Order: sequence, then C-alpha cells, then structure tokens
Amino acid sequence: MTGIEVLSPGPLTTVQDLGRPGLAPIGVGPSGAADRASLRLANRLVGNHEDTAALELTYGGLRIRFDAAATIALTGAPCPGVAMNGPVHIGAGQELVVGIPSEGLRTYLAVRGGFDVPEVLGSRSTDVLSGIGPAVLETGMRLPIGTRTNGFPNVDLAPPLGLGPAILRVLPGPRDDWFVSDALATLVGSAYVVTKDSNRVGVRLDGPELKREVHEELPSEGMVSGALQVPPGGRPILFLADHPVTGGYPVIAVVADKDLDRAGQLRGGDTVRFCL
Amino acid sequence: MRIRAAGSGALLACLDDAEQVTGLYRELEADPPKGFVDAIPAAETVMVVFDPARTEAAALGQWLQGAVARAGKHEAVADQGPVVTIPVTYDGPDLNDVAMRAGLSIDEVVRRHAAGEYVVAFCGFAPGFGYLTGLDPALRLPRRTVPRTRIPAGSVAIADRYTSVYPTASPGGWHLLGRTTTAMWDIDRQPPALLTPGTRVRFEAI
Repeated sequence: MTGIEVLSPGPLTTVQDLGRPGLAPIGVGPSGAADRASLRLANRLVGNHEDTAALELTYGGLRIRFDAAATIALTGAPCPGVAMNGPVHIGAGQELVVGIPSEGLRTYLAVRGGFDVPEVLGSRSTDVLSGIGPAVLETGMRLPIGTRTNGFPNVDLAPPLGLGPAILRVLPGPRDDWFVSDALATLVGSAYVVTKDSNRVGVRLDGPELKREVHEELPSEGMVSGALQVPPGGRPILFLADHPVTGGYPVIAVVADKDLDRAGQLRGGDTVRFCL
Repeated sequence: MRIRAAGSGALLACLDDAEQVTGLYRELEADPPKGFVDAIPAAETVMVVFDPARTEAAALGQWLQGAVARAGKHEAVADQGPVVTIPVTYDGPDLNDVAMRAGLSIDEVVRRHAAGEYVVAFCGFAPGFGYLTGLDPALRLPRRTVPRTRIPAGSVAIADRYTSVYPTASPGGWHLLGRTTTAMWDIDRQPPALLTPGTRVRFEAI
C-alpha cells in the first residue's frame, strides 16, 4: 500500500477527520479538526469526501516523503514553501517540506484517497485529551494512503478562507446568571490574549477577570465546543474539539458555531475579542 | 425543568434530580428527536447537542418538556436497565481513612458498599468513567484534599454521593476502597464502556 513516511513531524501533527460526535454518554468527546471548514476545503480540493482523514499541522514544520505519486492540498494557516489552497501533484519519492505559518495556527494537508489509518470508534481523529485515536505523528512513522475518493478535483485554486480579525460572536449562557451583572459586558468589551498553554482541548485566555456572583460548587455538567468556561481566577477557557465531556465550572457564554473555526486558528499571543 | 441555551447548537436541560436525568436520557436514546446529535447526561442536567440546520431550539425545547413528562410516568429508573455485577477485592489504601471518617468499622464500610444497588447516572472525567448513584449516605465524603497523581485502572472508589471504578490509570481525588479485574473500558468492545448511563450495578466482595 502506498503512503508517506514522516521525516519530521513538526511541533504537533495529528490525523483528523470530522470527529466522533454522539459518544458523549460513554465519556468520549467529539474531537475532529479544530478548523472544520479548512479540513473540508482541503478534502474537496483533492476530490475526497469532506470527512476524509487529513493531517492537522500545528505551527507547520512538517517534513514527509511520498513513496508514490499523489495529489495533495494544503489549507488553513498559510505556510511558506508550499502552494496553499489548490491541488498539488507530488511525484513518487518526493519530499514535502512545510514551513512555519506567519499567522494562524493550524494547517490541513489532505491527500487524494485520505490517510487510511485504522478507525477508532468510527473516526480517525486523535483526541489529545483522552488518547483515543491514531498516535500523534512521530519521525519514522508511516501512514498509508487510501483509495476512497469522491470524483475528481475540479478546481485549480480556491479563494483562501482567510483568517480575518479574531472577533468571535458569542451567545450568553448557559450559566451567565452565575456571574456578576456586568461580567458579560466585561467579556464583550475587553481584549483577551491567547496564552501559550492553549491546545486542542481549549484556548486559554488572559484578560479582565469575569467575577462570579454565585460561589457554590457547580455539579458537573455537559460541555460543548465553543464554551467559555470560567475557572476560579476568572480567566475564561474557550473549549475546542478535544474538550472534556463534562466540567465543573460555569460557562458564561458559547462561541457561535460559525466562528468556531476561527477560534481553532488562534495562536499564543493573538488578541481576541468577543461580541454579542 | 428549566431549559438554558448553550450556544447555537445545544440546550442544557436543568432537572430536579438524578432520576429525572436518567429518565430524560432514556427518552432521548429510545426515540431521538429530529436533528439530535449528542446527549451528555450529568449530575442534574442533560446537555442536548443538535444540528441547527435540521431543527430549531424552540422545537427541541418543546420535545424535551414532553419527554420529561413522559419519563415521569414510567416506572422507577432503578427497576429498569441491564444489571452488571462487578467482583471487588476490598483492600484499598483508603479503607482505614474512610472507616474513621464515617465512624464505622472497615468491615461495615465494605458491607455497606457491597450492599448498595447502584445506577450509572452519567459518564464523564474520562472515557468509561461512570458516576454511580445509590451510595450509602454514611459513606458520603468530600474528595481527598490532595488528589493522587496516579490511580491504577480498576480501582473502586467513592466521593461525594457517587461510587465509580477508574477505567484507566489516571490522576484522581476519590477514596479508594478496592479493585476489580473487570475491564471498565475496552476499545475493541461494543460499546467500549461497561458502565453506560442507566446500567444497574452491584459490587460483590471476593
């Protein structure tokens, strides 16, 4: 079976598809691409079904070798050294070196036919919190390329999805009434800075404290992607795809689904704003 | 029940007790409403994730109201669901501490824990980690003030009003009463979790 060999995985590269929703009752989170729109676009560009497994690069830096000719596409955070947002033909034995993106965080590399690693609970996504799914890419690892496609690539170049300003729409709740009355105004009226310890579980934010009105302990409740959970200390954590299924701190607001992909591109040091 | 919005694609149903949680979860599982994606039962809530392209929050909210009413008319949750018996060796490192704090002998702690009729209220913390209700009130203790950095898989533990079995080795703050060799989580099993919401559980001292 043809495939790729990992020569250098970069800071963090995982296999991701659209995840495994529907397993929360047994304690398994959704996982899947942190920027789903970019994953879908990369797959469309190579004639794959949108939910096909691709590589999710964090801060780029990937070096791989293809043992047979392949068609690939890169989307998401723009990386130097490679053509973005269009199908690229790779020759047998060719090496691909992906640079470090100057903006954004996650770059998606789809290959025609998909990365055919074994499915775990219906998905090929790596969940970095629970450890479910394929192993994180390491030097020397081989990943097979599959044969399942969805027609032929029919565009040469897609307009980049573009990162745009990091202004995320939020919907208040479900526990906004656990906070002081002007906490929501503080959230939408302030700039928050993404801290370095952010990952696929969540984007940790530094900025004005969101003060609580209710100080009792919240019994564990279900969490969703986009939730702004506020631990003691008052700095929110924005949950991404690998968030825990339940949590014991109140959620003041939830980022609108259509802005979640932008949230998945936030990197340490970025400034983010929220709006209602 | 009170329904709270949780973003554009989820509703949080806030219920009165664990019984209602299990009842609503059973209704969702038996006959999922249009656009249903995922349900996360928890201590006093069920988070219902939906696809906004296929249903509206208002319609789903109405369905949830109806489902809670229907579930309330059914027989007690404790009388339904499959029964799993878990053999336990009661030799946990916290037995002595639990006995002292509960004002009971070690034998009495073991007897009361093994005599319980438990129901899996929800899963969380880690895949396959079930929160079992039905713990003897005398055994209710807050979590350890200093969590352990590593608890072996199969550890049978209690905290607050719950008992559980650690499915995989992990950090944790529960009190350890014993251990079992029964696998709580097996990725190659269908479903991989032994303890799913609504399952009734007995512990058997060996």
